[in-house]
Amino acid sequence: MATQLPVVDYEKIKNVHATPLEEFYTSGHRTCQGCESAMVMRDFAKATGPRTVVTGATGCMYVANTSYLTTPWIVPWMHTQLGAGGASAVGMAAGLRALMRKGRIPKEKINVINFSGDLGAADMGVGGISGALQSDYDLLIIMYDNESAANTDIQATGSTTYGAQTTFTPPGSKHRIMQRRWKKNIAPMLAVGHPTCRYVATASATFPALDFMNKVRKALAIGGPTFIHTFDPCPKGWDFHPKYSRELGELGIKSGIFPLYEIIDGHVVYTYDAQKKGRIPVREYLEKQGRFAHLIDEDVEHIQRMVDSMWQEWEVPGVAPFKAGLSVAAT
Amino acid sequence: MATVLEQPQIWAKELLLNGCQAVAQGVKLADVDVIAAYPIRPYTEVMDALSKIIADGELDSEYIVADSEHSQFEIVKHASSVGARAFAGSSGTGWMYGFEALVVTATDRLSPLFLVGNRALDDPGAFGVEHNDALAVRDMGWLLCWASTAQEALEHVLIGYRIAEDNRVRMPMALAMDGAFLTHSQHMVKLPTQEAVQRFLPPYDLGNRRMHPDNPVSIAPQVNEDWVMELRRQNWEAARRAKDVVAQAYKEYNEIFGNRYVSPYFDEFMTEDAEVVLIGLGAVAMPARTAVRRLRNQGKKVGYVNLRWFRPFPTEELRAALGRMKAVGVIDRDFAHGSPDSGGIVVHDIRSCLYPLTTRPAIANFIGGLGGRDISIEDCIRMFEVTAQAPNRAPGDELVTWIGLRE
Repeated sequence: MATQLPVVDYEKIKNVHATPLEEFYTSGHRTCQGCESAMVMRDFAKATGPRTVVTGATGCMYVANTSYLTTPWIVPWMHTQLGAGGASAVGMAAGLRALMRKGRIPKEKINVINFSGDLGAADMGVGGISGALQSDYDLLIIMYDNESAANTDIQATGSTTYGAQTTFTPPGSKHRIMQRRWKKNIAPMLAVGHPTCRYVATASATFPALDFMNKVRKALAIGGPTFIHTFDPCPKGWDFHPKYSRELGELGIKSGIFPLYEIIDGHVVYTYDAQKKGRIPVREYLEKQGRFAHLIDEDVEHIQRMVDSMWQEWEVPGVAPFKAGLSVAAT
Repeated sequence: MATVLEQPQIWAKELLLNGCQAVAQGVKLADVDVIAAYPIRPYTEVMDALSKIIADGELDSEYIVADSEHSQFEIVKHASSVGARAFAGSSGTGWMYGFEALVVTATDRLSPLFLVGNRALDDPGAFGVEHNDALAVRDMGWLLCWASTAQEALEHVLIGYRIAEDNRVRMPMALAMDGAFLTHSQHMVKLPTQEAVQRFLPPYDLGNRRMHPDNPVSIAPQVNEDWVMELRRQNWEAARRAKDVVAQAYKEYNEIFGNRYVSPYFDEFMTEDAEVVLIGLGAVAMPARTAVRRLRNQGKKVGYVNLRWFRPFPTEELRAALGRMKAVGVIDRDFAHGSPDSGGIVVHDIRSCLYPLTTRPAIANFIGGLGGRDISIEDCIRMFEVTAQAPNRAPGDELVTWIGLRE
């Protein structure tokens, strides 16, 4: 049965030439060459514009971005603790709302943004983000996911791809694979658990073009507490040449290992339908990264089977890992 | 012809309130903008009271039920960063759960006020009072004071915000109260009028440090060895300046509300000609003062010092007050395992404070009342007796006496 998708009225960036020229995240940072997370920073700030306040949780986008006296942030920015992304957004939104209601600052729409890395958002801070997504404040939490604690020398997190080498999961003579956990399915977990959260999305800063910036704008237009999970290839942590960052993101999405979608008022919309367009083998994504160099054929086949299952067996393909459908499985 | 000036009304009414309810009335009078709640005994009744005050429309404030103490404290920290007056609180292990947030609230130089309903730390779980929870922030750049009556508790919400938000200070404020003995015991409490409070407590003004699109600051960027010492030095200077701001705040409070506080930092009871005094924090003042009266009836020259402010620590004032005593007994409702002479936390600060004096009192230390155990009048009399013997103590004798311990 076809359902009607909610119409979202927002200021869409229609083509690359229509992208705002103003930068609100500019020089002054020292992120690595080819850093996709830095693109996430630049693009969300471009999309939100100047009437914005931002907190950044501890992580590489804190340490590499904001050295004392050389901030890249044109919009007001404040550090928050690793697990405090959700709470920081709630605190700012609550404070601004109270001050506007009491006439202490002018009434206007101020975008409240937090960005947290995968260690902060998917592991330590997930309780706080859950609390924020239950609130009635207008706020957007962006989880920039480079699949490791990239600031502390590439340690595994709950969001690291199965099989990847990190400094916590090195291949050894006895154990070839130390990273035995499947990547946490954080965006749907938050969407399923918070029915009043109207917008959850996954995105990549650079593929498809403009997709992420428009998702940021859509989240802010829909309002309430919202969440976007970005997929950020990291040359240092994933071990590939910086010039391939964008391509790596594209391959991850086209292979279906990182599904791209929005969940608007409970409706799932694929913004790149890897299944319909024909998924490329996941090997093409894995073999270009040094962090998977120790995998043997059977490991790659295992990952391929898991990705196939996501798209072929899951009730909501690529999104929700329920397999029983609406009827209860026979026991 | 003489003109009669109309005196502005200072007190609105008098109500029977427990410590938590009195603090809630203080928060209402301070017109707090953002409150973040999370339950843990015994502080939590302040949040129960505030939610009802807000539900009844008596206070216009955001009220957020947080998912943990860590979130609770981070919420008020960031609310404070946009210029909102914010309130939270906790007890025992809840306070410790949010400790990371407590540290950065101080280093970010923000000024929310927290109620600490003192409670023993787990394990084993115990609801009763111990002071280790609140004392944990003593080195972190916090203002830290103890109320010993419900009236004081209410008034120190107002005084606390006044000091914490002062430009010269800009530190968070922990208002501590003994769990059960004060959080849940009722007193008659006089409520000041809103007009009088407004004369005393100006609105929170972060100035050019507030987070707002019109003031695009970057707050707390990463620093290393090239700047962190200078930033620590600024915190240190603020903590030193706080001493004078405390004094000024009480002076102004006394001017508006009548001379309610002789000294900001501690209250002295029958110390004028005393030779032996006890000093402690919080509700132990009550049995201690009764013990003083009884011993005075027997002609003993004893007194009690109720220490209110622990940070900033009243160094000079205590030297002046205690330096002339023969012996001082320090009551610790806390522990500092493995510390010098195995004393509690408070005794080390008192002893260190008195050390530079050429003639100084003998010190005795008492650990008692842990986990909420009652410190009785008889216990206090015994502490006076032990303290009186302190000048005769031989080197190597124990500094510490445990009071009320089953042995």
